[in-house]
Amino acid sequence: MEYVNPEGLRLDGRRFNEMRQIVAEVGVVSKADGSAVFEMGNTKVIAAVYGPREIQNKSLQKKNDHALVMCEYSMAQFSTGDRRRQKFDRRSTELSLVIRQTMEACILTELLPHSQIDIFLQVLQADGGTRSACINAATLALADAGIPMRDLAVSCSAGYLNSTPLLDLNYVEDSAGGADVTVGILPKLDKVTLLQMDAKLPMATFETVFALASEGCKAIAERIREVLQENTKQLEYRRAA
Amino acid sequence: MEGRLANMWRLTVNESKFVETALQSELRVDGRGLYDYRKLTIKFGKEYGSSEVQLGQTHVMGFVTAQLVQPYKDRPNEGSLSIFTEFSPMADPSFEPGRPGESAVELGRIIDRGLRESRAVDTESLCVLAGKMVWSVRIDLHILDNGGNLVDAANIAALAALVTFRRPDCTVGGENGQEVIIHPPEEREPLPLIIHHLPIAFTFGFFNKGNIVVMDPTYVEEAVMCGRMTVTVNANGDICAIQKPGEEGVSHSVILHCMRLASSRAAATTKIIREEVEAYNRERSLQKVKRHPTLAKSVVSGPTVVVKEEHRKSSDQEKAAEISREHVERLKLSSEELRSTKVEEVAASPTNFKGGPSKWDPYSEAMDVDSLKASLASKGDSVTKSSSKKTTNGSGNAEKDAEMSVEEVTGDLGKKDTVEATKQNDGEMTLKDAVKPKKKRKNKNN
Repeated sequence: MEYVNPEGLRLDGRRFNEMRQIVAEVGVVSKADGSAVFEMGNTKVIAAVYGPREIQNKSLQKKNDHALVMCEYSMAQFSTGDRRRQKFDRRSTELSLVIRQTMEACILTELLPHSQIDIFLQVLQADGGTRSACINAATLALADAGIPMRDLAVSCSAGYLNSTPLLDLNYVEDSAGGADVTVGILPKLDKVTLLQMDAKLPMATFETVFALASEGCKAIAERIREVLQENTKQLEYRRAA
Repeated sequence: MEGRLANMWRLTVNESKFVETALQSELRVDGRGLYDYRKLTIKFGKEYGSSEVQLGQTHVMGFVTAQLVQPYKDRPNEGSLSIFTEFSPMADPSFEPGRPGESAVELGRIIDRGLRESRAVDTESLCVLAGKMVWSVRIDLHILDNGGNLVDAANIAALAALVTFRRPDCTVGGENGQEVIIHPPEEREPLPLIIHHLPIAFTFGFFNKGNIVVMDPTYVEEAVMCGRMTVTVNANGDICAIQKPGEEGVSHSVILHCMRLASSRAAATTKIIREEVEAYNRERSLQKVKRHPTLAKSVVSGPTVVVKEEHRKSSDQEKAAEISREHVERLKLSSEELRSTKVEEVAASPTNFKGGPSKWDPYSEAMDVDSLKASLASKGDSVTKSSSKKTTNGSGNAEKDAEMSVEEVTGDLGKKDTVEATKQNDGEMTLKDAVKPKKKRKNKNN
């Protein structure tokens, strides 16, 4: 199947280094301390953050002088084309672990000892790149909750089909059997926190795909910063009034 | 890792500081270089598709089984490969029985991604009847001891088990070609799986905010490290999977450096695995060669010598007594060397004595048919003679002597064990001394 036509256009009309449209909104769940909705094309994710609050289960605490970060990733049963059998399967467990550790790296947990920060992620529409959308949504929600962070954690995915590196794969491109590289970075510090890849790639090709994904991350970071600044302006405006 | 507070092992501040400080001078606590791996041993079990891997202290077992199932609807022509991990509570105090925890699920998925997504195992060859019956290969990984770096060890265990696994041959037959007949291994040789390449996992630990990188972290290093990354590569230079699950951020250059390290090591580890599998396969095929069971020569040699002499001499009762004495001596001397066959000799001697010369005797020299017939005849005679003589007292003595000597032999041999144990340094002189008094007792009886 042809994923990139001779003119360089993909199935949805994008070019190889074009991302899907991003829609981000902060403060959508009224009860949560912080929340956000993040859309990358057709992938829609909602994140809610509760915290810092008292530790519910003391036995889970490993470091006494750091905050405990809990994360739960779940896909709604209506999020994919066919109705999903179970909400919590192995993939969800692994992604919860991975996203939790990614956010832990960027939250300043030493400033909030003996407290717990809960991040709940719900995928409402899944069209490829759900874990990237989740990390971006979590970053927005954490910022909305006012939790101190050392940097914004942003994530983007890239793949390799028809001998072309492609940025931000959708579901059709992802299930084509080519490689899928998901990168999570801290843009200001220029550090890579998350890196996951499946399917085979030669070393040189991997480097190009990796570089492309990192560029995509930087673009998303810009967008997230804009959204947060806009949100702060709104808050300031409402407070002034 | 999840775990109840009481079951968790905590690293002391002293220990963690020691490990970190040592690493800053490029020293590891167990003396390895930063990129050195621990000793790897791969063993195989009796069944096809079972492996046991030890990487330093880490101990993992892998088992592969296959079953015929219905395929997934979206992939009707492909078989399936599934990996199940069992983090046994004996491996680590923080492992709990029951549902796999987060780290168990993660380990399973890393290995799964390395094997399945990279097309290492050919799933299309597992199809028997398109849309109806396919082989489902299941890999079970049991962690027996957590010495650190479970991913690498479990990955090698899975690979070793897959390469040595043989699935039963099956044919499609029946009325309309819809029946699948599975052939047992005795009927048809089971078939190996088609494996295109071996994806090997290499785990890196990051320390000091991502500036120090080590390979193959131990349990203690894992508790201290601030981040990790697993790179799965194959010997062809392809990167099959990468897993860096968040945690400490590292720079791009460190990531690429790690990947190059892993690529350079893949060939060596692949070679080790292939060699071990080759050795195992050779052993397996040698076992299949039928060998004649070796006869217990030691049992035969003792009595045959006696039998020959007895055969040449007349079957006199007195001479039988002498022979019994000689045999006792011979037994004692020979049993010094053949301690394990003692019981057999003792068991053999009375039967040979009472029954006469042994009829089956492939190791003795030229035995003519006539003498054999005579011996067979005499055996019958001696038995009847002995039974008749048992009634009379005179010759009953010799019989008793023979019996007694046999008992003494057993008694002596029983005592000899203890005697030998204590007097082994004194040499044969003392053993003969231990024997002689018994003989004097017998002479007195006579």
